[in-house]
Formats: sequence, structure tokens, C-alpha cells
Amino acid sequence: MNRILIVAEHAGGKLNAAVAKCVSCAASMPDAEINVAVLAANGAAVAQSAAAIAGVARVLLVDHPANEPALAAVLAPQIVRLAEGHSHVFGPSTTFGKDLMPRVAALLDAPQVSDVMSVESARRFRRPVYAGNAIVTVEATAGQQIVATVRVASYQTAATGGHATVEAVKLDVSLPTHTRFVSVTAARSDRPDLQTATRVVSGGRALGSAENFALIQRLADRIGAAIGASRAAVDAGYAPNELQVGQTGKIIAPELYIAIGISGAIQHLTGIKDARTIVAINKDAEAPIFEIADYGLVGDLFSLIPDLEKHL
Amino acid sequence: MRRILVGIKRVIDYNVRVRVRPDGSGVVTDGVKMSINPFDEIALEEALRIKERGEADEVVAISLGPEDTQQQLRTALAMGADRAILIRTALAVEPPVVARAMHKLVEREAPSIVILGKQAIDDDCNQVGQMLAAMWDRPQATFASKIEIKGETARVIREVDAGLETIEVDLPAVFTTDLRLNEPRYVKLPDIMKAKKKPLDITDLAALGVEAAQRLNVRSYEPPPQRQKGVMVKDAAELVAALRQKGLV
Repeated sequence: MNRILIVAEHAGGKLNAAVAKCVSCAASMPDAEINVAVLAANGAAVAQSAAAIAGVARVLLVDHPANEPALAAVLAPQIVRLAEGHSHVFGPSTTFGKDLMPRVAALLDAPQVSDVMSVESARRFRRPVYAGNAIVTVEATAGQQIVATVRVASYQTAATGGHATVEAVKLDVSLPTHTRFVSVTAARSDRPDLQTATRVVSGGRALGSAENFALIQRLADRIGAAIGASRAAVDAGYAPNELQVGQTGKIIAPELYIAIGISGAIQHLTGIKDARTIVAINKDAEAPIFEIADYGLVGDLFSLIPDLEKHL
Repeated sequence: MRRILVGIKRVIDYNVRVRVRPDGSGVVTDGVKMSINPFDEIALEEALRIKERGEADEVVAISLGPEDTQQQLRTALAMGADRAILIRTALAVEPPVVARAMHKLVEREAPSIVILGKQAIDDDCNQVGQMLAAMWDRPQATFASKIEIKGETARVIREVDAGLETIEVDLPAVFTTDLRLNEPRYVKLPDIMKAKKKPLDITDLAALGVEAAQRLNVRSYEPPPQRQKGVMVKDAAELVAALRQKGLV
């Protein structure tokens, strides 16, 4: 029996969509019992959402005022307690999970497998290295817990309809006060979330300015898409950092990805290669993005975007 | 002495197109240019700026790797680090081992700040900083895009999925760098000459008393599946028609 504890990411009383993808990953383990840990200030609603994911056996709910907003140094010692009796501890490969899980692994004295893209056995996993230029198969030695982050773009969302039990857990753990949350500035948006959207329109350096980037927003709104950006566009200040798609930004797998004015650096391509259909629009016919695009269109984006809107 | 330790990893240069060896035993490294991990260059730049603002007294570059890693540490010294320490090992080492070795140096050097790259561009693990912070039982501020030292605390802006998060940590603490923290300086020729005279200590990993056994063994490397090049369309109308036909818009 492999008992997998999944650390739930949540914010504003909502379970992050990445959790159901972690459940899919855990469910691909042989002989799996899947439990979800919800550490929150008042996590009843989040715990109910987690309990409704098919395949989850138990939800362990730890309510504590220090648990929100989430700080790795505060959560990690609690997760170590919850991990007792589990063979594996999984978290999403989001900034939440990337920040938290290595801290958990170190406290557990366990190795961590980052960015699991497939499970080969209970101790054998495949993961990308060198910005996705190679895939390695790693195997953990027997007789130890394994911590992993799940590359969410590699997994489908697990179905709902589950009826896991929710257990309130009281932990007697002393929590550090050396790390304090101050604020988070997130652009409120009615648009779909970049990481889970079925359609994404991304803009690159060729947009030339933050004002011109509005063209991307207009096209995205027209087809109900999330907005993305290349690193170059973010570095130039045309788009905020949370829109960056690529190796060091978000790795996404939408049904449709439209890259406009993005040449296609390898780090960007790493972030989109699980997209079902890729469309590239670029004035340079030699741009590397065309090598992986399903549909390519060479031309000036400033005339092509209005053209597209006319036909959509 | 307010000291900053900076982690430096020797990796295949950012501009090299990495290829898997035909036998799947690793990636091609023969004759390939090696450099400082770009995120670590950002870490070093930040440490130098903190020192230049008078908020630290000494910057020490530390690395774990083979003998040749001295090249990258010399570059770090040329950028402005005051001294360097190489923890020498010919073995492949995984992040918990690196973190344990760095923790040994942290106990010896008693820094007020440790800055590392958020990940190395070879194994892309993104683990060492967080592991070191856990072993040291100190705060971590990962994916930093702004670091302000305010006496015994630091205020750090972090690049997170939701946007930008600000946290405050007590020092000493571990920071890991994101891309937009700063733009590293270029090394000038006179600095390269000066760096030759700066101290570079070498300690063997075994002498630190750190167990280097691998607990995650790499079984094989393979190239990633390739996407096929698709079709070129002539205009917006043809593109929209194709997407409609596939039910994508």
C-alpha cells in the first residue's frame, strides 16, 4: 500500500485547480491510498472541495490562524506531522509547492522529485531537466519517504463526485514567527486563469509597448482566453510577471495557444509544449516558434490582430 | 562581521543547446562551455549591491563540485566576491547533500544572509535554498524580485503565481533569486587580474563529514518528444477557418 499525502494549495476559501491534478498523479501510483492535507485559517469549505475529488480517501483539516496566508516556514513543520504513516508527500509544482515542498523534504530527511511528469512505479518517476531538453527517469532508494512536486501540465483534472471523510486534526507543533506575510498585489481579473485556461493568447517583445499589449487583451477577451506573455515582454514591462509563460514562469497545457510576436526561445517553448494546438503569428518566417506550431502565419501583428478579430 | 554567503553552481552555459547522449547515459558535455548558473549570478550581484550599500561587510562565494569549479569561483571573485570556498567532490550530488554541505559552512561562517539562485538550469530542481533554510531553522524568501535590508529584518518581494507577494523575515535568512531581481554586472579585465590574488579555499566534501550517498538515482536520460511542424496559413481568414474546423474557437 502506498499512502500519498497531497498538500492542498488554496486561497480566498477556494481550492486551487492544481490539487485535482495532483490527485490524478497520485492515482497513477500502484495500490494508492490518497489523503489531502488542508492547512488553513478556516478551511471547512476548502476541505469539502477536496473531499469531493474522486479518489481521495481522507481530508486532514488543520485550522490555525497562522496558516493563512500560506508561509512555507509555518506550514512545513505541520505537514511533517501529517506525513506520519505516509509513504509519499506530493504538492503541486506551482510557486506555492516549489517554495514549500523542499522545506518539508528537508525536515523529513527525504529526497524530493521535482516536476513529476509520469509515475513509472512507486519509487520511479520521470521528470524534465535542462529546461525540458532532456527527460530523466529517477528511482528513489527503498525504505524512505518520497517528497515530490507534480508538474500539473502533465495531468488531467481528477473527476469530482468523491465522498472523502474530513477529519479535523489538532497539531501540537510550535510555529515559527520569524517569517511574516505583508501583502500580495495581484491583478484582479475576470479573465480565465492562465494556468487552467483552455485557451491562451500570449504576446511577446514585438508588441513594443504596454499600450500595444492591450491588443493581446482584446483578442483574448474576444475568444474567452487567458493572457500570457514571453519573458521578454515581462522584462520590458509590457505585462506583469504572473503572466510569464515558460521554464521559469508558468508551464501550461491549454487546448489552444496563440503566440503573437514571440520568437520562441527554448525556455518559452518548454512552457507550452503540452498545449494541444499551437498557433504562431510572427513577422519573421525563420522564428523558432514556427518549428513547433501547428499553424503558422507570417506577417505584421498590428494588421493581423484586427484581421483575426474581423473573422472571429 | 555581517557576512553574505552566495551559492555558485557550475552548469552547462545558458546558450548551449543541450543534447542527450545516444546511449541515454547523460547529456553531451565534451567540449561544452561551462558557466555560472544564471540565477546564481543574479544572487551574487544582489549580494554585492547589499555590500555596496553598506548593509554587509563581506561576500563569500561558495560552491560544491569538481576541481574545475574553481573557474566559476574565480569569475565570482572577479565580479566582486571577497573570497571563495570550493567544497570539492567528483561525485554527482543531489540537492539535500548540497544543502547539508552548505549548512556546515553556514555553521562555520555564521552569515547574516545566504543568497542562492532559485534553481539551477541543469537539473531544474529548485530545492537547495529551501532545504538549507529548513536545516538551519531560519526563514526563507524564495523567488525574490526585490530585497530590502532593514537592520535585523529584510523585506522581500517574491514572484508568485498570483502576482507579487511581500514578506518580512528576521535575519539571518535564506533568499533565492528570480530573474528580475537585478541585472548582473560585466566582469572587467583588471578585475580578473585582481581576482587571481583573492583567497579561494578548497575543502573536500568528505572532510566536512557530509554523507554524499545518492537517494535518487538517475536511471536514464532521453530526449523529449518532439512536436511536429504544422502548416503555414496565408492569412487571418484561413487561420480562423482552420481553428473553427477543429472546434477551437
